[in-house]
Amino acid sequence: MTARAQLLIELADDELILGWRNSEWTGIAPFLEEDVAFSSIAQNEIGHARALYDLAAAELGTDADALAFDRKPEEYRCAPLVQLRLVPDWARTIARHVLYETADAIRIERLQEHEDAELAGIAAKIGREEFYHRLHAEMWLERLAGEARYAAAVEELWPYALGVLEPELRPALAERVGRSEVEAVERSEPGEEFAALWEEMTMVRRSAPVGAQW
Amino acid sequence: MTEAAVWDALAEIPDPEIPVISLVDLGVVKSVAVEAERVRIEFTPTFMGCPALDAMRTQMEAAVTALGGEPEVDVLLDDSWSTDRITPAGREKLREAGFAPPAARAEAATTLLQLQKAVHRCPYCGSAETRLDNIFGPTPCRSLRYCTSCKQPFEQFKTI
Repeated sequence: MTARAQLLIELADDELILGWRNSEWTGIAPFLEEDVAFSSIAQNEIGHARALYDLAAAELGTDADALAFDRKPEEYRCAPLVQLRLVPDWARTIARHVLYETADAIRIERLQEHEDAELAGIAAKIGREEFYHRLHAEMWLERLAGEARYAAAVEELWPYALGVLEPELRPALAERVGRSEVEAVERSEPGEEFAALWEEMTMVRRSAPVGAQW
Repeated sequence: MTEAAVWDALAEIPDPEIPVISLVDLGVVKSVAVEAERVRIEFTPTFMGCPALDAMRTQMEAAVTALGGEPEVDVLLDDSWSTDRITPAGREKLREAGFAPPAARAEAATTLLQLQKAVHRCPYCGSAETRLDNIFGPTPCRSLRYCTSCKQPFEQFKTI
């Protein structure tokens, strides 16, 4: 696989799995506005994943659904941060939201400068939508800053947040978040928490006969 | 078959989620090129996760087929769609249907404070006394606002 396809799949896996995790709040968020917000953010993230998989699939001679659903659990490349199942803990959910959106902004800004016009173009489009996710995260950061549970959640998830980015982009994240770099939780073969998500996420696809029309 | 005829046919297709405006009003058709029977349409989608995208594409293909052409719809995965592409007629139709049209794309990035303080008129009574209730709404493209003058909640198109 080329470095380009690898990059697209890592990004897409992050967005797909975070979208899935965010959608776990649908119907059970602390209040209705957040039910709507997390569901809408999930929809956007999964939309980004689809477009990124489409680009990778064109290169690999497959399609987006096959990349999203037909791989084995150990073949996914998503960062450990997005794999964590955080419902029903709102403080940790918001800590992940703030950290992920901050990290994601850094790599999307970088990708917009890419010499490959397709990568730069898709990054610019994704960036327009992610802007609203960041405003939403910022609103929650203002509300929860200074709360002990939120501070503990950020402390716990900080090494995971660093693991979302390539090492060269981590100093920028540390600066934006206002923390020092520590040893990151790196991407590796996903574990049991992810396997349970994968079971649920791919269930329909695996139970439908090949070529089923919806 | 002329390009104008294709544009006219596409202008008849309602947006699947907000049927008061057409796909041409929405600005998702970037170009139309006719070469004998072949009709190539550049389709620049709104939000990437919008579930209406597949329906839009299918309806554009059907419209071209109905004219006797062979459709080829290219989906552009770049930043070429913006809410600035919604036509003046489209904006007016949105307002009449109770959706506040989007503000123009700003040169610099908007801040949360600017978004909260921005003046958006109520599409029902025209008052500027409205507040942002939720950045997110029933579809990815909309936010929720509330008019403190006529007490009417309404949907605001996000600027993209």
